[in-house]
Amino acid sequence: MTAAGTSESAPVATPEIARGTWLVVPLYNEAPVIREVVEHTRRTFPNVVCVDDGSSDGSAEEARAGGAHVVQHAVNLGQGAALQTGIRYALQDPGARWIVTFDADGQHRTEDALRMVERLQAEPLDIVIGSRFLDGRTKPGLLKRLVLRAAVIFQRVTSGVRLTDAHNGLRAMTREAAGRIRITQNRMAHASEIVDQLGELELRYAEEPVHVIYTDYSRSKGQSLWNSVNILSELIFK
Amino acid sequence: MDTGKIVIQIILIIGLAVPAIILLLPTRGARGLALRRLTMLAALIVGIIAVIFPSLANAVANAVGVGRGADLLLYGLIIVFIGYGLSTSAHLRKVDRQISELTRELAIAEAKPPAPSSTAAEEH
Repeated sequence: MTAAGTSESAPVATPEIARGTWLVVPLYNEAPVIREVVEHTRRTFPNVVCVDDGSSDGSAEEARAGGAHVVQHAVNLGQGAALQTGIRYALQDPGARWIVTFDADGQHRTEDALRMVERLQAEPLDIVIGSRFLDGRTKPGLLKRLVLRAAVIFQRVTSGVRLTDAHNGLRAMTREAAGRIRITQNRMAHASEIVDQLGELELRYAEEPVHVIYTDYSRSKGQSLWNSVNILSELIFK
Repeated sequence: MDTGKIVIQIILIIGLAVPAIILLLPTRGARGLALRRLTMLAALIVGIIAVIFPSLANAVANAVGVGRGADLLLYGLIIVFIGYGLSTSAHLRKVDRQISELTRELAIAEAKPPAPSSTAAEEH
């Protein structure tokens, strides 16, 4: 276990959570790490579905080798579309009670995901969203911080939802909430779209501090700041 | 001359605003298609008339306050081009959504249905 962020020992979920939770992992050209990420997360959450979004590098086989369920898009559609597909797939299991969206590159931690599901179980909440900025552990660069800050303000104005982290891919939601959210933004604007729907559907939401591990791998794959321009234009020209 | 300028300005603004409004309103199939076909037909007929009576373009241009017929044609072309671009991008977005739905249905139909996994520890 040497992949990005997966070096710690796996946290243990109660049987109820282990059985009732599905991890939805959008997957696009992450063959070098996906197997270890899946193997590691499956020690806590056995139900993992990877949505291979038209990868060209054998990501799907690696995910399968790690023990994940794999759903394959015939063509590349984007992360938002992959999330929606994964959620639809997971909800086919009548035993699915909680859905967690999780990144394929190993920058999310299973202990954070587990805490979020435990909150859904214990508190009257529909969705728990990870935030990098509720404590000081995560350290993005200055420019990235500024852009994320601007995104948060934009979000407050347009959706009325108050979050501290606009684009965190780690979310946990109940089956009911997952069934009501409709992601139509195929590419990166889906994160804002989900937040908009939180407001429209009047879902009960909370934030949970999470630690995002910026490794060289995730940095090389991660969102470039140019994407903020794309996100904004996708939101305006729906 | 000044009042003439206002005429062409009004015509151009309407020409730009109408496609914008059509774009914003969700047009149901039949009406949208019929409008597109009528517009196309009208454009072709105007084109034929302009070919038969070349001087007509100049006369119309002068009547609405534009110097030359060629300028009027250019304005018309700009409006048509922008309208075409907007309607094409709207159409493309719709097709994108349809492709997403298709791909999703196909992906889920082809995948093994989700049976809950035993824990990873039990498998090894």
